[in-house]
Amino acid sequence: MRVDRPTLRRWLMLTPALLVTGVLFGVSMYYGISQSLGYLPFIGATRVSLDAYASVLGGATPAGREFWAALGFSLWVTGVSTLLSSVAALLLAVILSHRRRPAHQATLLALNANLALPHMVWAIALLLLLAQSGLIARVAAALGLIATPAEFPVLVRDQAGIGIILHYVSKEIPFLVLIVLAVLRTQGHAYAEVATTLGAGPWMRVWRVTLPLVWPGLSAGALLVFAFIFGAYEVPALLGVSYPRVLAVLALDYFLNADLNRRAEGMAISLIMTVVVLGVGILVRRIDGSER
Amino acid sequence: MARNAEDNLASGGGFSPWPAYLGYALLYLLLLGPVVGLVLYAGSTRWFFPDLLPATWTFETFWRQLSNARTQQAIGTSLLLGGVVTLLALVIALPAARTLGLERFPGRSLVLLLLFLPTIVPPLATGMGLNIIFLRLGLAGSLAGVVLVHLIPVLPYTIFALIGVFVRYDEGYEQQARTLGAGPLRILWQVTLPLAGPGIAVAALFAFLVSWSQYVLTLLIGGGQVITLPMLLFAAVAGGNPATIAALALIFAGPPLVAIALAARALTERTTTVGQQY
Repeated sequence: MRVDRPTLRRWLMLTPALLVTGVLFGVSMYYGISQSLGYLPFIGATRVSLDAYASVLGGATPAGREFWAALGFSLWVTGVSTLLSSVAALLLAVILSHRRRPAHQATLLALNANLALPHMVWAIALLLLLAQSGLIARVAAALGLIATPAEFPVLVRDQAGIGIILHYVSKEIPFLVLIVLAVLRTQGHAYAEVATTLGAGPWMRVWRVTLPLVWPGLSAGALLVFAFIFGAYEVPALLGVSYPRVLAVLALDYFLNADLNRRAEGMAISLIMTVVVLGVGILVRRIDGSER
Repeated sequence: MARNAEDNLASGGGFSPWPAYLGYALLYLLLLGPVVGLVLYAGSTRWFFPDLLPATWTFETFWRQLSNARTQQAIGTSLLLGGVVTLLALVIALPAARTLGLERFPGRSLVLLLLFLPTIVPPLATGMGLNIIFLRLGLAGSLAGVVLVHLIPVLPYTIFALIGVFVRYDEGYEQQARTLGAGPLRILWQVTLPLAGPGIAVAALFAFLVSWSQYVLTLLIGGGQVITLPMLLFAAVAGGNPATIAALALIFAGPPLVAIALAARALTERTTTVGQQY
């Protein structure tokens, strides 16, 4: 078979990226799956079994007792954060897209600066601000709303995951606002003007004109946000409690255990997380596809 | 009527002005509040409830953290790691992004899918999978191993950012230079780089930031041997006092903020926004 030169050149240009991603990613999946099945020839474990999955999904082991609660907690935190940040980002972007240029540029810069702040820095700031004796509690005390720190609600390291949700809503809004703004900038205001001329109110316009326009970008961004939050470790570890824990914290805790069975269970949990995220991704793309 | 609608839109999208002001106030509070909080905490000594502001101020906590040998070593490791990862990512991503940005060909969407898969799959899963084989290969606990594993999340974002640059890139200028007798190196230096340079710089910035913020992958592959700033910070939260934690967090936040300030023009003039997530 003869391959023409442009085609050869094109695939040569793609090779380094495909090779590095393919090899690193492929190898990690291969050894991850092997380990979750208890198959590690170089330490003498050659029996393939689904024990780790059985114990995680339905066992009387510690992993089995905690898995479903952790899955529910992960989905709760991730779902609420993704939904709230998407809605808030849409509304903020609509408001911001109509501003004049200098103000607009300052806002863009502020949004980008927020994006650049590592999640860990943001989580620590929230931890200090929202603690029962934190800055916001002091403001509440100055306003006479509370008298002692204990009267301030527990907003970080709480059972319901409020601290984690607050973190992700505030940190993902700038990311999604920038995505929506980028779409709105290329579209201009023509559709919105037509809708206004035809008598649509502002809310109607957001719902019937802006949302359909930005939907492809917003849903792709929201999917990235969902996948990122669902798999993240640091923030729930810093802002969460020891029970319920998110799946990522549970998985890493088991994986770092010296007992090889626990390690296999940790690996199994992280692969189940991968399946969940890929499933959600396929679902979102399906819905997007069928709507167009 | 149309004129009216336009005015209406220009001044806040038809919403009455106060939600717009409220939106702005909320946004800036959200964006700046926590940073101001960190500065207050880092500069505080003897700050008891319910005092709104610290009774006395000091730079001492901050300087103590910054002059600490462990912190300096971690800053060095983080900068070296981020630099090497960024350079490698650019070298690998540039040819791929150029091809993906300029050409449409069979198999293109499959290539995109494979390259972006790591942004969806939890880094925890990839890190755990690589942990055992990197241990066996002697890569675990080494800077080289951590560089490799950082490439997994860094590459997709770099490629994504660079595709955005090359989609707007006009190859015609290169052809004209070639027709006029310029060699490949001269074209690269005098045509490609001036045209795509700012976009490449922004992509490099994002690559650096993704590596700089990485915690889980460094932990899983570095195995306590490669101590970056996030490692120190995570340990500090477990046992430090608020002022120390805040000071260290500010040191960690410094380079990203400086980098954004340097890239300010490129970022605001063309909405080059990237899924910087890590």
